[in-house]
Amino acid sequence: MILESFTRAFDLVLTLDKDFFEILLLSMKVSCLSLFLSCLVGLPIGTYLAIKNFWGRDTVLIIFNAMMGLPPVVVGLIVYLLISRSGPFGWLGVLYTPSAMIIAQMILIIPIIVSLTAQIIEEINEEYKDLFKSLVISSHKALIACLYDARYSILTVILAGFGRAISEVGAVIIVGGNIDHLTRVMTTTIALETSKGNLSLALALGIILLLIALIINLILITLKTRAKRRMYV
Amino acid sequence: MFDKQKKTKLLTPIVVSNLSILLGEIKILDKINCKIHNESIIAILGPNGAGKSMFLKSINGLIGVESRKIYFNSREINDHIRKDMALVFQKPTLLRRTVLENMQFVLEKKNKISNLQITNLLKRVGLDIYKYKPARLLSGGEQQRLSLARALLINPSLLLLDEPTANLDPYSLNLIEEIILDENKKGKTIILTTHDMGQAKRLAKEILFFNKGKLLEQTKAINFFKKPKTKEAQSYINGKILL
Repeated sequence: MILESFTRAFDLVLTLDKDFFEILLLSMKVSCLSLFLSCLVGLPIGTYLAIKNFWGRDTVLIIFNAMMGLPPVVVGLIVYLLISRSGPFGWLGVLYTPSAMIIAQMILIIPIIVSLTAQIIEEINEEYKDLFKSLVISSHKALIACLYDARYSILTVILAGFGRAISEVGAVIIVGGNIDHLTRVMTTTIALETSKGNLSLALALGIILLLIALIINLILITLKTRAKRRMYV
Repeated sequence: MFDKQKKTKLLTPIVVSNLSILLGEIKILDKINCKIHNESIIAILGPNGAGKSMFLKSINGLIGVESRKIYFNSREINDHIRKDMALVFQKPTLLRRTVLENMQFVLEKKNKISNLQITNLLKRVGLDIYKYKPARLLSGGEQQRLSLARALLINPSLLLLDEPTANLDPYSLNLIEEIILDENKKGKTIILTTHDMGQAKRLAKEILFFNKGKLLEQTKAINFFKKPKTKEAQSYINGKILL
């Protein structure tokens, strides 16, 4: 069956299967968009938490750290309750749309981005702060310098966020509904095909998903090795 | 106004009055009073934990102090004045960038003149061939030389050096000492901490001797090594433990 699955996976890619590419494209679109929006929100929050000392900062960090382990189905359920017709945001009408899936994924990714960014920037800021103070560098310039010098580590965080997004199934199936040609993504298709007993197709999709994860990790390791060789991390 | 003051060189540009630093209940520096003479090289001597580095950092405004009045060219130290001084740390703090980018970071503007300045300074410290090398891949001595070059790029009136040659090879040591003497000749006031008596003898015109957070002696270098006034200084010079 494994061999059959590999053949099927190749077939799907080589024959440019329309349905498959639609699913793949939607998976990438939802994951990339949720990652982009999560970075827009998460990177500034993480950086702020790293460099500013304020009352309750540790509590905020603990909350974000704890949220890294949020069970996706619980997130899916909460988002579902919020955006369902009778929920407070029901008027948005986004339930069972890719937008709902993006919202759910953002809730899962933002804590990862915030916590890891805060950790990285805090470390680099600790290392540089005396130098910056001694050179009378403005806090704005110091902040940019910290972010720039942490670029490799932050890229790792972003890719970790992408990994979480692309492999997510529990939350997106609840809020997306796994509707064919609308909200069906790789992971939800795998779940569906498995339940239907179409194991070879499920496995074929799984292989492609694994390949994506492998490529991401390859990029990550290459970048890290390059940065390490230059002692930039 | 500041530039005008800079031009009218004062005999005692740095006046430290009643400087104390408390860490918890421990007094790191205890009521330090001294005057640093213009265009001088001052070596701060004293055993480990005497407060030498703290004294340098407090002049540079890096450390919050219990009570402090430090004047530079008759003005109490503030951020504007601090821009006219540079501190080289004992352990060089270099950005995760190339040698050139580390130099460029301290400049407000990048232009042809500044690039020429950078090249000249890197040549001076023997690092021009490593311009594009990641700074953290340099050896300890090279990193310290880069740190010094970066400080000189600001062209400060006051140069503070915290054990600039600790653990360095003879080449780096000689090069840094030559630069210190050269910069002093150009009119810079230099304060350095060191444990190297030979270096203090070679470079310093004046010695500040610290022990247990107190300034015990401020005297000319020749007098200090010939006839130290305090028992503690005598013991320190003779390599005895100070109790």
